[in-house]
Amino acid sequence: MAAPSLTPSKAGPPRTPAPRRTETPPGGGRFTLALRRHLTAHAFLIGAVLCFAVFSWYPMIREFFLAFQSTENGRTVWVGLDNFTTVINDPAFWQAWRNTLWFTVLALLLGFVVPFVLALVINEFRHGQGYLRLLVYLPVMLPPVAAVLLFQYLYDPGYGLLNELLGLLHLPEQQWLQDADIAMVSLVIASTWMNMGGATLIYLAALKNIPGELYEAAELDGAGLLRKIWHVTVPQTRLVLSLMLLMQIIATMQVFVEPFLLTGGAGPEGSTTTVVHLIYQYAFNFNDYGAAAALGLMLLVLLAGFSAAYVRLSRTEDA
Amino acid sequence: MPSARRVRRSGAAALVCALTLTALAACGTSSSSGDGGSGGSGSTDPAAPLDPKTKVSITIDCMPPAAKKAELKQWKEDVAAFNKIYPNVRIEGRSTPGQCLEPPRFTAMLKAKSQPDVFYTYFTDLPQVLSEDGAEDITAYVNDKTVPALKDIDPDVLGMLKRGDKLYGLPTSNYTMGLMINRKLFQRAGLDPDSPPRTWAEVRTAAKKIADLGNGIAGYGDYSAGNNGGWHFTAQMYSRGGDIVDASGKKAAFNNEIGRQLAKDLHAMRWEDGSMGKTQLLKWGDLQKQIASDKLGMFLAAPDNIAYMVQQLGADYDNFGMGPIPGGKHTLAGGNGYMIKKGISPDKIKAGIAWLNFKFTTVGKGQFDWARTKADGLPVGLPQPNFWQGDSKRKDDAERARNATMNVEAFRTFTDNPVPSKPEPPKAQEIYKILDNVMSGILTNEDADVDKLLDTAEQQVDQVLAKP
Repeated sequence: MAAPSLTPSKAGPPRTPAPRRTETPPGGGRFTLALRRHLTAHAFLIGAVLCFAVFSWYPMIREFFLAFQSTENGRTVWVGLDNFTTVINDPAFWQAWRNTLWFTVLALLLGFVVPFVLALVINEFRHGQGYLRLLVYLPVMLPPVAAVLLFQYLYDPGYGLLNELLGLLHLPEQQWLQDADIAMVSLVIASTWMNMGGATLIYLAALKNIPGELYEAAELDGAGLLRKIWHVTVPQTRLVLSLMLLMQIIATMQVFVEPFLLTGGAGPEGSTTTVVHLIYQYAFNFNDYGAAAALGLMLLVLLAGFSAAYVRLSRTEDA
Repeated sequence: MPSARRVRRSGAAALVCALTLTALAACGTSSSSGDGGSGGSGSTDPAAPLDPKTKVSITIDCMPPAAKKAELKQWKEDVAAFNKIYPNVRIEGRSTPGQCLEPPRFTAMLKAKSQPDVFYTYFTDLPQVLSEDGAEDITAYVNDKTVPALKDIDPDVLGMLKRGDKLYGLPTSNYTMGLMINRKLFQRAGLDPDSPPRTWAEVRTAAKKIADLGNGIAGYGDYSAGNNGGWHFTAQMYSRGGDIVDASGKKAAFNNEIGRQLAKDLHAMRWEDGSMGKTQLLKWGDLQKQIASDKLGMFLAAPDNIAYMVQQLGADYDNFGMGPIPGGKHTLAGGNGYMIKKGISPDKIKAGIAWLNFKFTTVGKGQFDWARTKADGLPVGLPQPNFWQGDSKRKDDAERARNATMNVEAFRTFTDNPVPSKPEPPKAQEIYKILDNVMSGILTNEDADVDKLLDTAEQQVDQVLAKP
């Protein structure tokens, strides 16, 4: 008896799919038919669509118009590109972009690598993985403000724990948040600690999907730990890593909470002013919604590029 | 024809939609309409007081929240007393937990035009409110019949609510900045708490002595974040006889010998004397916590900070004292009040002014009923708010002294040595943001180049002022 084959026999007749049952609408075209067929689904969608429309899409459209308008004495007038000129000529504009990009680069170096390494380590444990996952995820459950205030105490140059530790090691104290050269690094460390739990769990889930046989084969070929990671783990989790990378870029470029709470927003000599903080300043401290919308639009366009890449990658993964 | 099952499912979906819409509608904020609740039967003459028979309903900002029991009790008593005079006026208080006016929320409220009929503002909000066309010109409505003590309100204070000849609000509180001291630390350092430093050189000497007490105690503290650094830089420039913006309003005026000396003094206190503590990038609230916990000897503040430190941070009134701002050339002045929402009916405007007059600008009543304030366990004896002059001032000062709940002598140097006040510069917040960098540079960088910091800030402020 021949063994069953996973490939179809070339000799057999071609299999044609069964014809789909079609309905002829009594009094309408394909649109009416589709609407009737999915009536319930559409009705259930209305709530969510309304929420998105009111709280996401409308503000985005409104922001687009605001970017080209100005309000004076209650009158809103079209000002062309004036708001963009104002924003670009603001001395803080380029500094904010430089700082934001610097934060993003640092956050990728730390915030991307650390959770992945952590996931690799946890994945190697045979026992207690549940507890380890819980421990790693705990900081995510803390309210961001509480976590940031915790770091405020850790970083304090007077009574902070980190300087106490440096003192015990006979190392010089650091001005963690008050030195323009290291303030941003300090923010990234805090941000990584606060947010790495979610990424670690996602990496762990991806690691669980790698067939053990691949590692066994690599071992038989004499691969060490690093080569196994490089030649098996990384290629097998490539899509997840790419998606997380893009998501992290999108999230870190919108950084606001950490500098706002830890360094008062601007930081020493403006070294932690970020784009979103500048938007906040325009809108709520200077009452210049036009400038805020213009800068928001610039950020939106940049992030839309990353979002498009993310969607494309998601589709690749789904396929 | 759709099946019965499909009809039921569609019905369920429609119900979900209806509930969602209801929830969305509930999420929205309502703003009072122009004439809602007003009978509109009063006199058409804006100068005439409100006819007590006119039926009108008004919304008022900043009713004390439930957590402030004594203040809320007083509010309710005042509403009841007001309704005896105006039985047909319905007062609807709007309460906000925590700080009543938070700038981001205030800005959004103005944009949405959802402010109450009578809304609370800082004096410095006037340009923003007018830019949004949010306040009514009440010049014609305010006179010695509607506000009998009008002539006794300090014209400088009233002037902060004016644009040209037009009046847009009534004051409820005012302040001028002085030097707040911790009396306990002054005594421990061998300094006289009844004679706070009067010059910046004396401040430096006193700060060093206090910091020498050790245990993390700072002699003098200052802000350098959240735009507060620029605010205090401005106050110090004023105190030394300098300015932030020149008379034309188009050029920065701080990059000069006064500004350099100010910056160098602060830098020396921070890095040579070590008298300003290690923790910097401080903003409003941080220095108050330090001085309330006996970790700070002095900082620039208005007297109302003491009420915050006692009521919110658990400090003791007798631990604080105040002197005039060192230097004493000018001091930064500010305050807050209420404005009337643009577009509401004349009867509502009259009702709003009648309420403001009853609650906030009548000696012996409302917020100036010091006997009641004392009986309710609230502080009496702080030198400000005090925007009275003439007879009203004499009466009010006497009542305050009679009902004082704290050692008013601790503020004697402040009250006996008034310093001419000066308002904030134009485009204040934008300028403060830039000057924050000067303050943070001085206080966080030992190698800070003061000249470069001031040069950069000057260029940036000039750019801000050049904008229309």
